[in-house]
Amino acid sequence: MNSSRKRICAAALVVGLSLTAAAEAQQSGDAIERELETYRSMLKADPWSNPGMLDVDRGEALWKTPAGPKNVSLEGCDLGLGAGKVDGAFARLPRYFADGDRVMDVETRILWCMEKLQGFDRLKLITRPHPAAGMPVRDLGGIATFVASRSNGQPFKAAFTEPREREALALGETLFYRRSGPMDFACSTCHADSGKRIRLQALPVFSKPEEARNSVGQWPAYRVSTAHVMTTQHRIYDCLWQMRLPEVELGSEVSVALISYLVKQAEGGEINVPGIKR
Amino acid sequence: MPAKPRIRLPQTARIGEVIEVKTLVAHAMEIGNRRGSDGNTIQRLLLHTFEATFAGKEVFRANLHTGTAANPFISFFMKVLGPGEFEFTWTEDGGAKITERQPLNVT
Repeated sequence: MNSSRKRICAAALVVGLSLTAAAEAQQSGDAIERELETYRSMLKADPWSNPGMLDVDRGEALWKTPAGPKNVSLEGCDLGLGAGKVDGAFARLPRYFADGDRVMDVETRILWCMEKLQGFDRLKLITRPHPAAGMPVRDLGGIATFVASRSNGQPFKAAFTEPREREALALGETLFYRRSGPMDFACSTCHADSGKRIRLQALPVFSKPEEARNSVGQWPAYRVSTAHVMTTQHRIYDCLWQMRLPEVELGSEVSVALISYLVKQAEGGEINVPGIKR
Repeated sequence: MPAKPRIRLPQTARIGEVIEVKTLVAHAMEIGNRRGSDGNTIQRLLLHTFEATFAGKEVFRANLHTGTAANPFISFFMKVLGPGEFEFTWTEDGGAKITERQPLNVT
């Protein structure tokens, strides 16, 4: 065998080996996802040991404890079903609130109540609102996780009947597909093809209701790699940060619009929070 | 406001029965190797010891190290010899303690 044929054989062997490795990586990625699903279903059956429940407990205590300059609890906060009514409220958000004259998701509404009822300074609540790796979720996020958990088992059923709600929905859908920023990314740049992933993170295609129904209901979620609960607003913030877009403010119109679109796509999907994520 | 530790005991237990006790506590378990965004090392702060007593007697003890994940989940089995109350203590580097008590309903 002359030397060039030897080199071709060696190259073919190397390519063959690396293809096998890639196929194995894909298969082990799927196997990992299957194990994660087994773990998730075990936690669903008995959520006691879900580490995110520690923040649900903390959020519940914060909901009931008087706080802020006005020293009142959040039990007077109307999440859409009446003052203090928490069960099932998250399943019907985002929605329009007349007192604030805007559409709000759960975190925006809690921010509203913390500001108006308890007298907290809004600027302090929206400055660096999300936790760094290793830090627990802040109070607002903890309360939101508690409120969301009280809709567990229920399907997403936000009505989107009010004109402002429909506006938010339309804005969210437009933003989802609109490319912008220095990398010209839209949400759909990553979230448009089924079965795709970034490294080992699967990318749900939110324009497909069946995929949205499977994933949106897991947020807020406990992220194992950062050991804290990540709320939906935090998740949106992080996405836009990755896209090199300007920082999205907690409770901003953009964040509520995107969340509205995701929730609408996930309509009928089951809420099961806190989810467990990588 | 830190989260209260979660304790899971069976609703009731008979004398002679072996029960499983589950605990979950919120703690960052900082190992002391990570660097913050300022470039400086984040100082180690771990829960280094977990002790469980029942009716005043020690029934379980664990030493935790840097390998233990944040929000440690610890469970152990115990044979019920009589009625009593559990007391769980987590000790942090520097001496601070987290304590939680829960009685066991023994029939």
